Amino acid sequence: MSTTTLPALTPVKDAGVAASLGRRRKRLDALLRWFCIGATALALLFLASILLTLVLRGLEGLSWATFTREFQPTTYGDPEAPTGGLLHAIIGSLIQTAIATAVGTPIGLLVGTYLAEYARGSLLGNAVRFVSDVLLSAPSILIGLFIYQLVVLPMGGFSGIAGALALAIIVIPVVVRTTEDMLQLLPNTLREAVVGLGAPKWKMITLVAYRAALPGIVTGILLAVARIAGETAPLLLTSFGNSVLSTDLARSMASLPIAIYQQANSGFPDLIAIAWAGALIVTAGVLILNIVARFAVRSRS
Amino acid sequence: MSSTSGLEAQGMKQTPGRPAMAGLQARSEAALNATARVAVRNLEFFYGDNRALKGITLDLPERQVTGMIGPSGCGKSTLLRVLNRMYSLYPGQRATGEVILDGRNILDADVDINALRARVGMVFQKPTPFPMTIAENIAFGIRLHERLTKAQMEERIEWALTRAALWGEVKDRLNTSAMGLSGGQQQRLCIARTIAVRPEVILFDEPTSALDPLSTLKIEELIDELKRDFTIAIVTHNMQQAARCADQVAFFYLGELIEVAPAAQLFTAPQHARTQEYITGRFG
Repeated sequence: MSTTTLPALTPVKDAGVAASLGRRRKRLDALLRWFCIGATALALLFLASILLTLVLRGLEGLSWATFTREFQPTTYGDPEAPTGGLLHAIIGSLIQTAIATAVGTPIGLLVGTYLAEYARGSLLGNAVRFVSDVLLSAPSILIGLFIYQLVVLPMGGFSGIAGALALAIIVIPVVVRTTEDMLQLLPNTLREAVVGLGAPKWKMITLVAYRAALPGIVTGILLAVARIAGETAPLLLTSFGNSVLSTDLARSMASLPIAIYQQANSGFPDLIAIAWAGALIVTAGVLILNIVARFAVRSRS
Repeated sequence: MSSTSGLEAQGMKQTPGRPAMAGLQARSEAALNATARVAVRNLEFFYGDNRALKGITLDLPERQVTGMIGPSGCGKSTLLRVLNRMYSLYPGQRATGEVILDGRNILDADVDINALRARVGMVFQKPTPFPMTIAENIAFGIRLHERLTKAQMEERIEWALTRAALWGEVKDRLNTSAMGLSGGQQQRLCIARTIAVRPEVILFDEPTSALDPLSTLKIEELIDELKRDFTIAIVTHNMQQAARCADQVAFFYLGELIEVAPAAQLFTAPQHARTQEYITGRFG
């Protein structure tokens, strides 16, 4: 409460200086505003252009046969030949993505929990976080190579399970990062309030912290699913692709990104149209999953 | 004590800035005659190498309110966090000495900390509702320690919310999210959650510093009500609050307990110059 008296300031307020500073502030404010708006508009333009092209060309190639037939050789020059579809790739992608998510999510969740709740500031925790971040930004072809060495060579061939495992490894660091971030955001007093009632730490984490962080954690899982749904490189070296429907995890398995890649590269307009349809299916699938999951989380909380 | 609480509340409403002296006197006499529920003896506390509490010896009288005051960093909150072993969450924090509750030193390594925390509840500065319904918030603590039938649980939830003066406001929306309550309601929910476990001691760590005056008044009335059944310690930065609520007041400064006395004595005739300076607003 001690009051130190400052020497009185001489009134230096010059109306001209104040006015020019005010103009400068306004100019800078307008400048930054228009830069932000401009950048946003530019980004939106690219995004809109991609989406529009995707929807227009994807719808062109899309037909009932896309969902019911497997790959067919080109119909080019032969109007009698049946058009092909992407059934094999859709089923293959669903299987591999589902397994990868089911394997990678719990591991990522537990590692993220370890980092946020048990290893804060510890040396091991920092090391794990660093490695996880490196993995997050590693080129995905490397992960394909890793699984190629670890699974494909010993098994003696490409397989759906190898593809799923490669995707699972991509899922882990994404889920680790978001789980840790979301748990870190929770106020410490919330933890203390739970523990203060006599709850052991594991109950604090599973019954309260997860619930409070649920929307963020779900977002992380969705990000991971969206990412692996479009991964091509690691699958080339693991599940390889297949032109017929196969649900056998021990054999090579088709997937949408690889089907898109192969058919877009074929040079035949009819196959390229199917590739566009495939791209639309991947994008729409991820979008629908996002909307459904967000809706489910929101209605719960 | 209950006969004075009505007068107390009235006095508080008429002159919110001043302690009601008659009630203060009565409460202070009761503080002198009560037996200790918690006995702190030669307590030292360390954050790493930093000694934050120095040889604290203090009794919390049974079914009385002990106010803890002092400038920021004086150790009052630290002491509170020793009483339920909250500090044990953090490696590098440790306490030596004795804190006796029912004949046991709760600082002993073999004390069941979860059982201790069921007996020594805590209410925090910021309301901390859990992300679940109002009823689930209350049931959460109970389920940790007891197995109740559905009917018993409902009865206990109603009891706790009633004791926390919240039942009337929430009885029609027990199954809606607790996050939708106002700040003052959330804090009373936290109090209800704490008493639902039926502790012996309740620790309040600046329970009203995030609340508006009306909510503060409600919490203070509640504390006055709760001391019929519970032994209470309250840390506060607000001396008027200590004068309104506490039977006994302890003044801390730089990790030391400078003075502990019945509230009337500490606020009207402090024994130490430091206490005098603090309560008259010369520093802090």
